[in-house]
Amino acid sequence: MTFEEIVASLEGFWSRQGCLIMRPYDIEVGAGTMSPATFLRALGPEPWRVAYVQPSRRPADGRYGENPNRLFQHHQYQVILKPSPDDVQDIYIESLRAIGIDPAMHDIRFVEDNWESPTLGAWGTGWEVWLDGMEITQFTYFQQVGGIDVRPVSAEITYGLERIAMYIQDVDNVFDLLLSGDIRYGEVYHQFEFENSKYGFELADIPTLNALYAAYESEANRVLEAGLVLPAYDYVLKCSHVFNLLDARGTLGVAERTSMMGRIRALARRCAEKYIESREALGFPLLQAGGR
Amino acid sequence: MRRDAVLEIGCEEIPARFMPDALSSLRALAGDLLSRERLKFDRLVAYGTPRRLVLYISNLNDTQDEAVRQVRGPAKRVAFDESGKPTKAALGFAKAQGIPVEELVIRADERGEYVYAELRQPGESAAVVLGKVFPRLIGSLPFPRTMRWGDSEMRFVRPVRWLLALFGNQVVEFEVDGVSSGDITFGHRFLSPGPVRLGRAEDYVATMRGLSVLVDPAERRESILAQASRLAAQAGGRVVAGDDLLSEIVFLCEHPRGMLGRFDREFLSIPRAVLTTTMEKHQRYLPVEDESGRLLPCFIAFRDGGDLNIEGVTRGNERVLRARLSDARFFYDEDRKIPLEGYLDRLSGIMFLGGLGTVRDKVDRLVRLVEHLARQLGVSDEITGIAKRAALLCKADLATNMVREFTELQGVMGREYAISSGEDPGVAEAIFEHYLPRSSDDALPGSPAGAILSIADKADTIVACFLAGLEPTGSQDPYALRRQASGIISTIVAQSLKLSLGDLVGVAARGLLQQGLSGESPQDLDERVLDFMAGRLKGYLLERDVRYDLVDAVIAAGFDDIAGAVKRAYALKDFSGKEEFQLMATGFTRAANIAGTVAEAPVDESLLVEDAERALYGAYVEAARRVRDLARRDDPAEMIRAFAELASPIDRFFTEVLVMAEDERIRRNRLNLLAGIAALMKGVADMSKVVVKSG
Repeated sequence: MTFEEIVASLEGFWSRQGCLIMRPYDIEVGAGTMSPATFLRALGPEPWRVAYVQPSRRPADGRYGENPNRLFQHHQYQVILKPSPDDVQDIYIESLRAIGIDPAMHDIRFVEDNWESPTLGAWGTGWEVWLDGMEITQFTYFQQVGGIDVRPVSAEITYGLERIAMYIQDVDNVFDLLLSGDIRYGEVYHQFEFENSKYGFELADIPTLNALYAAYESEANRVLEAGLVLPAYDYVLKCSHVFNLLDARGTLGVAERTSMMGRIRALARRCAEKYIESREALGFPLLQAGGR
Repeated sequence: MRRDAVLEIGCEEIPARFMPDALSSLRALAGDLLSRERLKFDRLVAYGTPRRLVLYISNLNDTQDEAVRQVRGPAKRVAFDESGKPTKAALGFAKAQGIPVEELVIRADERGEYVYAELRQPGESAAVVLGKVFPRLIGSLPFPRTMRWGDSEMRFVRPVRWLLALFGNQVVEFEVDGVSSGDITFGHRFLSPGPVRLGRAEDYVATMRGLSVLVDPAERRESILAQASRLAAQAGGRVVAGDDLLSEIVFLCEHPRGMLGRFDREFLSIPRAVLTTTMEKHQRYLPVEDESGRLLPCFIAFRDGGDLNIEGVTRGNERVLRARLSDARFFYDEDRKIPLEGYLDRLSGIMFLGGLGTVRDKVDRLVRLVEHLARQLGVSDEITGIAKRAALLCKADLATNMVREFTELQGVMGREYAISSGEDPGVAEAIFEHYLPRSSDDALPGSPAGAILSIADKADTIVACFLAGLEPTGSQDPYALRRQASGIISTIVAQSLKLSLGDLVGVAARGLLQQGLSGESPQDLDERVLDFMAGRLKGYLLERDVRYDLVDAVIAAGFDDIAGAVKRAYALKDFSGKEEFQLMATGFTRAANIAGTVAEAPVDESLLVEDAERALYGAYVEAARRVRDLARRDDPAEMIRAFAELASPIDRFFTEVLVMAEDERIRRNRLNLLAGIAALMKGVADMSKVVVKSG
């Protein structure tokens, strides 16, 4: 199964489960959770079922394309089921069959791993799912998002696509993965990995990044003041990405680092509150629509 | 009729680390609830797997015991007339209680004879009572962390998916937040999927076994150990199985199936601790070693399942370990490209705690504190040099790739990298030892330099936390300060170090303040830390079976010299079993109560008029001479024996002599004698804290 076939199988599977299949969010994020399709939609009473691929940038994990397992950018397959259905674990296991993993032939385990994102003020309980000793999925029941207790509770299923593909294709180096046809992962992404690692670790101009952070932060605040939550949240994501770049550059002082994270968290929290208000003002439209 | 009963709470995978406590709570709470409900049974067992919490009740009575409630009515003389006929009062009372008047009984107590109604409440059927007990039990099970799911209002450790509840062949009916109880259970997730009806509670364990679920953790543990030994023997070695890891594996499987995996021999060049941490902590594999204790290039993993494709599963696990070990080797090689000292600068980028500067600041403080301690203890220049060098380098490994990835290897990697950087072996060992003891049953630093650095590091952390207002409260001790304080005490005692606790705390505090670091609670810093240390010393002695009043007596007499205080406590404890002890305690306490412990003037022999006081004076002079001598030799046991010699003379003195004599000079003289006696014991124990048995 190629990388693209795995993605297509998951799209098909989750579509049949009644999920809206969305596109990746078009702003740099560190994880699928940060997309508004998860972070904001997990808030409030409206039901929501969605699945999407999300390229996720983690500047600190960049290795110039030299490490067989670590990437500046990896791909997550993100699923949100809100409220979490009673048979959510069974559905997840079925999804593994859809990508050719027969659970009876393997060792599938749910090992405690509670997820927490200090920048988003979010946490949940759950597991990392092991396939023959390898973590392939993060499975989380959100408890708080943006510092707000969530009701109903969403189940978040995040597949690590590269890891799963490496297992399925039996390759030890991520750059050897077959993407589609005869095109390999490295042929497409190696230059991306190298250049972004070099940029993140060596070239990123710190005064510029600091100025960007400040500009994005003030824009987020200004837009929030004006009562618009979605554009404001986009600027929060931009703050977060710039922060990740600065963090990877290794020049942030401890206090500075803590303060920057705290400011993003505060903004995310205000977006969360504003989002619920704005949905309420609209009469929670998806409650009527039955959610999808 | 007696039957067995079973409650199975079917859950999504419960964190393994919660299970042992959860099962003991389940059993204890159930026992409590059943006896409160007057339901008799023979035996309660709690079973558990990742997906189920099970309560099994053997031989449960099918009905509650009858309850009899006694309601007191009027006095007998009011209730019955002279001919013994019930009066209106009795008739009214019986009617109100809903029983015929003939059933009233008479009981006597200290207030006289009264009429009672004995109200019998017949026992309800066990199934009905269990229907009330089980939901309460589920609601009251404690977990360190609970969660919500879906639309449910319930909180539990993980989502509850089914409830099996049977008394014999009868379903115990109840509902918990939308989940109804029934006679349906589920087998192993992959080996026996799908619902199964259980006919009778008595078949539970056997049925589950048939469904590939070993519900009894003890049975799984045995199976895991047996398989592990067999597989290790296959590899020509023996299994390394820590208790915590075993218990975790027990609660990660319903049907453990072991497999022997192998890795490339060349990975054995990575330090052992890195290999075992990767295998044990990250992958939950059991390492295998040969007879001489060297690791073999293989591991034992447990799958939750059966034999199907076991080779494939083994290969999968081998791959994962290979990737992790490649990473570890990469870190190990990278880290050694610069010497350990080269990481010092990076410590300025790592925050210490509570806003109290960086780890680099801490290192600077440690170097100074270690130097001070070494001087106080009068150790050799060589040891001082080793301790100071180790202090400078002890935190450097925090900046290495390996420790950033595997934080639990702090100290271990420091030692490795110190050696590979060509540091003195003593320095390397002290770096490792300064984290000791890491738990209450861990080893203590063995080398003098390691001990000094360990004490300095812990004292600095404790003082810093108190300064930052992060001192432990109640059960909250996030920085493990209690353990660290106990570590200081144990180390001082083990190495018999003569150091002043007040000085240690004072110098540590000044070190922080000199760096311009200030926290939220600087007031009475030394005093608060010393109080805390006294509390830990108390705990230390109580754990070693020194009676609490003797502990108080010793601490009240001073604890600046910890090793000395502990020695005094043991001496007092040994002596407290002796007959003279009571008399000694009373005597010294009386003397101190009357005269205090400061004599106004030396005793004037010419003013001693009575035999008893002359005898006491003689004994006192002799004891004082011995005690002076023994104090120099630091021998509290003999000192206490010397005090005991005074017990009888003191007792005789108080019987025969009136301290408050008319003659002012005689009175003063007697008080001076008593004060002198009391003062002898001042630095040893405050006997007024000792609880003396009366009679």
